Amino acid sequence: MTHLADSPPLKAPRPEIARDWTRTLWTAFIWIALALLLIWSWGPAEMSRWTYLFTDADNMASYAAGFANPNFSEWRYYLAEMGVTIQIALWGTFLAAVLAIPFGVLSARNMAPWYIVQPVRRLMDIFRSIHELVFAVLFVVAVGLGPFAGVMALFIHTTGILAKLFSEAVEAVDPRPVEAIRSTGATRLQEVVFGVIPQVMPLWVSYALYRFESNVRAATVLGVIGAGGIGQVLFESIRGFYYGEAAAMLIIMLVTVSLIDLLSQQLRKLFL
Amino acid sequence: MGAISIRNLSKTFGKKLALDNVSLDIGSGEMVALIGASGSGKSTLIRHICGLETAQYGGGAIDIMGSQIQGGGRLAHGARRLRRDVGVVFQQFNLVGRLSVLSNVLLGNLGRISLWRGTFGLFTGEEKRAAREALARVGIPEVGWQRASTLSGGQQQRAAIARTLVQKSRILLADEPIASLDPSSARRVMEVLATVNRENGITCVVSLHQVEYARRYCPRTIALRDGRIVFDGPSAELTNAMLVELYGDGSEELVLPDIEAPKKTPSRPVRPVLKPAGVFAA
Repeated sequence: MTHLADSPPLKAPRPEIARDWTRTLWTAFIWIALALLLIWSWGPAEMSRWTYLFTDADNMASYAAGFANPNFSEWRYYLAEMGVTIQIALWGTFLAAVLAIPFGVLSARNMAPWYIVQPVRRLMDIFRSIHELVFAVLFVVAVGLGPFAGVMALFIHTTGILAKLFSEAVEAVDPRPVEAIRSTGATRLQEVVFGVIPQVMPLWVSYALYRFESNVRAATVLGVIGAGGIGQVLFESIRGFYYGEAAAMLIIMLVTVSLIDLLSQQLRKLFL
Repeated sequence: MGAISIRNLSKTFGKKLALDNVSLDIGSGEMVALIGASGSGKSTLIRHICGLETAQYGGGAIDIMGSQIQGGGRLAHGARRLRRDVGVVFQQFNLVGRLSVLSNVLLGNLGRISLWRGTFGLFTGEEKRAAREALARVGIPEVGWQRASTLSGGQQQRAAIARTLVQKSRILLADEPIASLDPSSARRVMEVLATVNRENGITCVVSLHQVEYARRYCPRTIALRDGRIVFDGPSAELTNAMLVELYGDGSEELVLPDIEAPKKTPSRPVRPVLKPAGVFAA
């Protein structure tokens, strides 16, 4: 019969915990490797020029001062162009979301056999890994300067991203309701429509809205290479040293993107 | 013609033998309990009968009302068509939580209506009326427009049974339908199953964890242990002493401590089928 007081838990010598040397060495190796990589990249990245940030700070200040007096005299025009940018993002995201549904389901391992999943995933990798700007240049050549080239560029790139996100959502669904639907004699497509899509809908909507926000920003950049919208106007005015006008456009873009952020947050709540 | 006929069914998961040469026949209109401890193969057997799982290569055959649903480890060609005659009720109810209860029940139609009408969810007024009637039959007529996830466990299970009624299945397989329910919901669900069996002549196979429910609701019991049938006969013959003989110490798991004293009600209480709204609601 042992009493609690008899047992010596507090005074007992602590058992020596052996140091896990492999783990320690690995940790050290990773830190050293990171340090070597940083040193190796110092020269090519011209990091030695960091001193200019301080010695030539005046240049930056005088350049920034140009933006200090935003010129809103043409605000109607800027708003219209901002609208075009949003419209480009809207169509690009919409087309991508629609196409990402079949591609997303077909690249989910629990929905399709590997000989479909793997090719579809590789295709989506290609869509995703090539930047919108590259696609935009391609489409400017094909369909000419203007917003449509921007729509197509966003469409292709966003399809790759959304298909991957959608397929991850599909892979996380609860398989049990899907089985119950299969047991009614439903087809595979019907299993997806009634068993999978209701489960993933909130996530899908949330992802699509988030990509829409990102695409509004991306669409302004696409304007730089001639794909229409406010980006094109902004880039032209910066190149022409019209900093006041450029500042006005930047402010309009900032406000718009924030508003879209707020709006899509509210929309997402509706779908949860 | 029997409802379910199983010949030499075997299934291994990895190295574990889940079903070991199981053969049995279940006649049309029977109400059969499948009992056994956890891991004895009850769920596996049920999942094989409805074709959600296939036996190992050369691992036997299953006929549903005279047509093969699987044989030799492969689903038969017409398995999808046969599935609509076999309604399945699961332990976790398996409703689509974000759809309304009525939509969930309507999904029972998918195997019977045209492909495009099913895929786009275009159900006729007649089908919707039938779905509401099915909900009334299982005693939850008032919850049709609620999301399925907002229902209590007992209500969800009854909605799942309503789905099999809409499916017009001739066979109802229930895989531990009451294992996740409190005792009073469990009784209600068993009553509904018994009523459906008695009044619609639907063959019911119910896997149960506790032998009391088998004795009370099912005339015939099949007992499994380690994937083999160790008893197949009238439930009344399955005494506690016999359970100890069959399962040894494991039999404790199968017998409830006597809380609800089933001896006081020797015959099944006959409840009216159509209840006014709210009486059944948990």
